[in-house]
Amino acid sequence: MTEFSFLGELSLYGFILYFNCATAPETPKKTKFGPLADQDRIFTNLYGRHDWRLKGALQRGDWYKTKEILDKGVDWILNEIKVSGLRGRGGAGFPTGMKWSFMNKPSDGRPKYLVVNADEGEPGTCKDREIMRNDPHKLIEGCLVAGRAMGARAAYIYIRGEFYNESSNLQVTINEAYAAGLIGRNACGSGYDFDVFVMRGAGAYICGEETALIESIEGKQGKPRLKPPFPADVGVFGCPTTVANVETVAVAPTICRRGGTWFLSFGRERNSGTKLFNISGHVNNPCTVEEEMSVPLKELIERHAGGVRGGWDNLLCVIPGGSSTPLIPRHVCDTVLMDFDALIQAQTGLGTAALIVMDKSTDVIRAIARLIEFYKHESCGQCTPCREGVDWMNNMMWRFVKGDAQSAEIDMIWEISKQIEGHTICALGDGAAWPVQGLIRHFRPLMESRIADFKQKQQARA
Amino acid sequence: QYIQYTKRNVLARQVRSLHQTSARAGAGGIFVHRDTPANNPETPFEFTPENMKRVDAIMNNYPEGHKAAATIPVLDLAQRQHGWLPISAMNKVAEILGVAPMRVYEVATFYTMFLRQPVGKYHVQICTTTPCTLCDSDSILEAIQNKLGIKVGETTADKLFTLTEVECLGACVNAPMVQINDSYYEDLKPSDIEQIIDELKADRVPPPGPRSGRFSCEPAGGLTSLTEPPPGPGFGVRPDL
Repeated sequence: MTEFSFLGELSLYGFILYFNCATAPETPKKTKFGPLADQDRIFTNLYGRHDWRLKGALQRGDWYKTKEILDKGVDWILNEIKVSGLRGRGGAGFPTGMKWSFMNKPSDGRPKYLVVNADEGEPGTCKDREIMRNDPHKLIEGCLVAGRAMGARAAYIYIRGEFYNESSNLQVTINEAYAAGLIGRNACGSGYDFDVFVMRGAGAYICGEETALIESIEGKQGKPRLKPPFPADVGVFGCPTTVANVETVAVAPTICRRGGTWFLSFGRERNSGTKLFNISGHVNNPCTVEEEMSVPLKELIERHAGGVRGGWDNLLCVIPGGSSTPLIPRHVCDTVLMDFDALIQAQTGLGTAALIVMDKSTDVIRAIARLIEFYKHESCGQCTPCREGVDWMNNMMWRFVKGDAQSAEIDMIWEISKQIEGHTICALGDGAAWPVQGLIRHFRPLMESRIADFKQKQQARA
Repeated sequence: QYIQYTKRNVLARQVRSLHQTSARAGAGGIFVHRDTPANNPETPFEFTPENMKRVDAIMNNYPEGHKAAATIPVLDLAQRQHGWLPISAMNKVAEILGVAPMRVYEVATFYTMFLRQPVGKYHVQICTTTPCTLCDSDSILEAIQNKLGIKVGETTADKLFTLTEVECLGACVNAPMVQINDSYYEDLKPSDIEQIIDELKADRVPPPGPRSGRFSCEPAGGLTSLTEPPPGPGFGVRPDL
């Protein structure tokens, strides 16, 4: 199925070549990424300085020619998304065009649903919150366009329970859109019926996992299901469903309006487009910013977050994609690009692009131990490797913080994390295992020196 | 500075070991229900007529035959009405939705926002996950504990404040922060949270949001993006639309 989007790019390439004839050189590959020009930014009200309601949204270009986009039809919309190279913005980075086309099957009588995953719980991540409170009309329009592309009857936006004010903004937006005839019966005058509902969660990180989210919408405990069957076959209420992240859905109408090739022009091959980055931790100005994909990490932090506290040389490590991604040490941070492929090569991942920056004053073992405690609290308890293994790792990590351990236990915790990774029903197990692996991979000497210090103190006391 | 940091580590660890043993107000505390005079199947609970209308509206959001899907929103409504969830409220919700009570108990114990013990008027929830810890949430926790005189999981004697420690609240670039009832108070310093508590004691709810002077999530040192006015409709739109 990868060939399909590759064929799309190849045919586009051939198109350009044909028109440029043999004398003109082919368009050179881009090597410099960032900074993004304001006119190329999609989320123009990210900082909430303009009106988020319908009037302000219309002024900023939302809901412009939506009817024409819907009239172009399913195949056209799906093609635009495929050409744009959009990859899922919720952490997994699965090619969106391919994912949405899984729903492109003839209906067997069951209605199809789009579910928007606004359960933003990954530590470090706070981008969807800004979309939902400052630019919610982009999300609603995105639901409509994406819903049309999948033949969905309705969209459920599952928002985390703690985001009460954001969900209230979203509900006001939906009411405005219904009142203006933009969604509901005959949405935007295109003859297509589409409903949007907001469902508030009640405080469970695991409900950010797609099958757990589906379980939660159905009114049960948010315990993930095994895949297969995939949500595109059996999803919410037993109907074909696609679960998509807020950002992925919200950029879809702009891609359709400005063209998939425009989106493709940012970032490297197979890592195209713009992304919302959250930069938190030990930087001078923590912020959320929309930047081009493949922007160098150093440039991103220095340009937008005012640089690391105490200067770049004071940097210890960075967690690049929200807590589930392994940390990268200073020497990797000097040169790495912020996109999916470059970070996988650095043995980490882009995840949700939520950077957690740590400087030299950090007790990195304590930071990772707190993350494992987070995973322990948030584990749903269904499968043994996660329920028992993460709790075990948590106990061990807090002993490593004190140094109250043996050196051989570092290898033991590595082995436990390898036993959890890949052997669980959902990816929370992986998300808990990777930070530990990142810590051991890059900070083993620190762990061993902590152990040696503790032993020394104990002997001195004896 | 390192010694200061180690001292705080020790304090935080001590705090942590305390709250692991005390019964907490939300899920993560005792999972078994024991009837008490204040919390038993006979505890009075009825939805007000206005809330019953809301319950019907919620049930209409879901397809025919899937009323169970309304469990979480309706339980949340019951909690908003009553302040917390006695077992009789859960039984009532089960009756309205036509599901077995055990299904509702499962949901009420799984999700952390459902409170099965009474809480004070202001439920102060502090986030101590790593991004907030890096921005010194320990000092905010210490400030709250000193100001209110309670530890994590406890309620003040005048039943005004309950303090709980929660996992990531999704406002990491505005760390450190707390959630009080439905609002986020962000970019806190210890003096900020003391001011907030004073205002709440005086029965004035301070406005939510960052306390450091910035509006939301923009860089505090000045805008580095979106410095131009946003383009209007039709900007950059492809010609064949």
